[in-house]
Amino acid sequence: MKFSFSEEQTEFRNMLRRFLNDRSPTTEVRRVMETEAGYDPEVWRMMAEELGVTAIHIPEAYGGAGFGVSELAIAAEEAGRALLPSPFFGSTVMAATAIAEAGTDAQKQALLPGIAGGGTIAALAAAEPGTGWNADAFTATASPAGGTWRLTGRKSYVLDGMAAGLVVAAARLPQGGLGLFSLPADSAGLTRQPLQSMDPTRRLAQMDFDGAEAELLGGPEAGAPAWARTLDIAAVCLAGEMVGGAERLREDALEYVSMRMQFGRSIASFQVTKHKAADMLLEVELAKAAAYYAAAAADGGDEEVDQPLPALASLAKATASDTYMQTAIHAVQMHGGIGFTHDNDTQLWFKRAKASEVFLGSAADHRERMLQHWNA
Amino acid sequence: MTDFTEDEIRAEVRAWLTANWDPDRGLVEWRNILIDSGWGVPHWPEAWHGRGLPVGMTPVVEEEFDKVGAVGVAKMGIRTLAAATILEHGADLHKQRFLRGILTGEETWCQLFSEPGSGSDLAGAVTRADFQGGKWIINGQKVWNTSAHHADFGLLLARTDWDAVKHQGLSYFLLDMRQPGVQVHQLRQMNGHASFNQVFFTDAEIEPEYRIGEVGEGWKVATTTLMHERRGADGVRRYATGSDRPGRIYEEERAEVATVMAPYVWYPQRTGRADLLIERAKAAGCWDDPAVRQEVAKALTLARTAEWTARRAREAQQMGRPQGPEGSIGKLAASIVARACAKAHTMIAGPDAMLTGEDDGAGGVVAEILVSTPAISIAGGTDEIQRNIISERILSMPKEPRHDTDRPFRDVPRNQVG
Repeated sequence: MKFSFSEEQTEFRNMLRRFLNDRSPTTEVRRVMETEAGYDPEVWRMMAEELGVTAIHIPEAYGGAGFGVSELAIAAEEAGRALLPSPFFGSTVMAATAIAEAGTDAQKQALLPGIAGGGTIAALAAAEPGTGWNADAFTATASPAGGTWRLTGRKSYVLDGMAAGLVVAAARLPQGGLGLFSLPADSAGLTRQPLQSMDPTRRLAQMDFDGAEAELLGGPEAGAPAWARTLDIAAVCLAGEMVGGAERLREDALEYVSMRMQFGRSIASFQVTKHKAADMLLEVELAKAAAYYAAAAADGGDEEVDQPLPALASLAKATASDTYMQTAIHAVQMHGGIGFTHDNDTQLWFKRAKASEVFLGSAADHRERMLQHWNA
Repeated sequence: MTDFTEDEIRAEVRAWLTANWDPDRGLVEWRNILIDSGWGVPHWPEAWHGRGLPVGMTPVVEEEFDKVGAVGVAKMGIRTLAAATILEHGADLHKQRFLRGILTGEETWCQLFSEPGSGSDLAGAVTRADFQGGKWIINGQKVWNTSAHHADFGLLLARTDWDAVKHQGLSYFLLDMRQPGVQVHQLRQMNGHASFNQVFFTDAEIEPEYRIGEVGEGWKVATTTLMHERRGADGVRRYATGSDRPGRIYEEERAEVATVMAPYVWYPQRTGRADLLIERAKAAGCWDDPAVRQEVAKALTLARTAEWTARRAREAQQMGRPQGPEGSIGKLAASIVARACAKAHTMIAGPDAMLTGEDDGAGGVVAEILVSTPAISIAGGTDEIQRNIISERILSMPKEPRHDTDRPFRDVPRNQVG
């Protein structure tokens, strides 16, 4: 699985690609991104009920399909390739993983089946203005209040925060540790506000907690390791999403230069264009190898993997985000003037690449994290 | 011939070794016995020192040799390319004359393809072979010839017809290097090593029977040599016993290995040595420097992702799946890895990067990395050629326009080299 996909995995990928080609071509992406919800509820329902995308990595005991991170990352890659606007990343990848990692059996029984079935959309409120995704710096606090907890503080860059009915929030415990909490999105004391996302296909929200009542997932010790593993899995899936998008940009740019004539010849015949295309292929292939390897590492059980997951997840995130952005820059350049227009689709992926460059932390942040965990 | 089972072959090899292996023999004496038995190159034809076994059986035979520490035939260096080319295209006369000497190690070889005027464009060779007085007379110059300074014979690509189009005007010869018309000068590289040579021909002579392939078919024969150069000689995975055991035969083998490997001692450094980055940064006291850490992380990432990409390609091949683009980008990836490593090593070394030899703070290794990495993006196909190959063969982009295949070679614009 590190270096090749099984037939089942390939079939799953092909099925998703067919579905997304059919149901979410760029004309649909452009229509949906202008709507208030930011996603197509009917496509979301089909993905949940017919394709099981919302259930992939959730254990069968909690209504899921019990597959691994590799399968989840395949779905992310295909969604990234199609630039699908949907709560898949915020709800399935981030919030469900946090609950699965932190929750007690009873909490998982209560919360995960709804997410697995797609009926519940959840969001993970962790990053804060000024701290990004560095949990050591989170300032939101949790105070015990008669058998329950009350949260106070501001969370930002919450992916799919407005679409969510269920919120998982990270807050500092009185003893200084990190807790993960769950609460309904319409709880008293929780105010949500959409942020103006540069990438209209990826919706972000700000959340202000003012004594909102919440339930601690697991115990006081569960939050920190659950957050760390959630960040790893989210980084792996984001790497998958990014290589999917980068490959699509690369293919579209190649198709365009092969069609475009200038000076009486195809611009694809210019060596400078050929060499750029070769470099784009190389970079995307290297980033894919990192994303696939990290996903396999997240699933564990392979003695040949000689680095811990946090190192590999951060390696994959850093290299995929650098590659995605560079590929987007090349893709606009290869399209020339038309690449800068709103009507050309390149700009849609360019904006996703830009957002992904910093979402979950910058490439530089992740390279540092990679080295801190590196097994030298 | 191919219906022996692996177990039967193992048993037969074992019995033969028990009866014949003797580490107190001389290397050549032993190899002659081995060659007569057919176990030295079991995948070669029976008529030519082999047993006609499938290539896949050769590692099995080698395992049995390893178990008793038995030395094999000479398998390193350009001689393997000579053997493969002669086996495929040579006449019986060539096989008779050369194969045994290749296998005993008594005669060594070099490749005479590249020229000052034709590196990436090998078929543009202008070294001339003219048939005069019943012999081929060679004039011209070759370059980048590994081990030519001690080679007995050379695999020579030379132009025999200037009116034919480029690829059809070449012929392939087996050249005796030990003659007055051949002069070899070692070529010193920017990293101080002299791994290659320049070879000059002034009316050097070749007897007519030492042409291999037909006149004008030299490029076809050269393609065989190049193919074997790229993939290493088939079925030959074990180069030497690597034994540090005492005994005359091992000493002789070690001397042979040292001579053949001498040109390659700096090759590890041309990769950039990602494996040394962290220990060097710690030793230099800059492992806490965030700028250094970023560069080290970038270099490690490139090295790892290149390795994983190569593994993806190999696995796809093993599973019989069509190989994706990941198989063709390794050479280009290696260049990028090497440059990233050299950059990180430079940051780590700081001002010491100005120093060389023992003064570089790392026993000369870092200095050698810094001045060896430029080789990797040139040797064996430049980055530019690799990008052409990737864009044309994988991405199906238009081929470069050519001005050399539609006219007699003598009308092709070319370098003016003496």
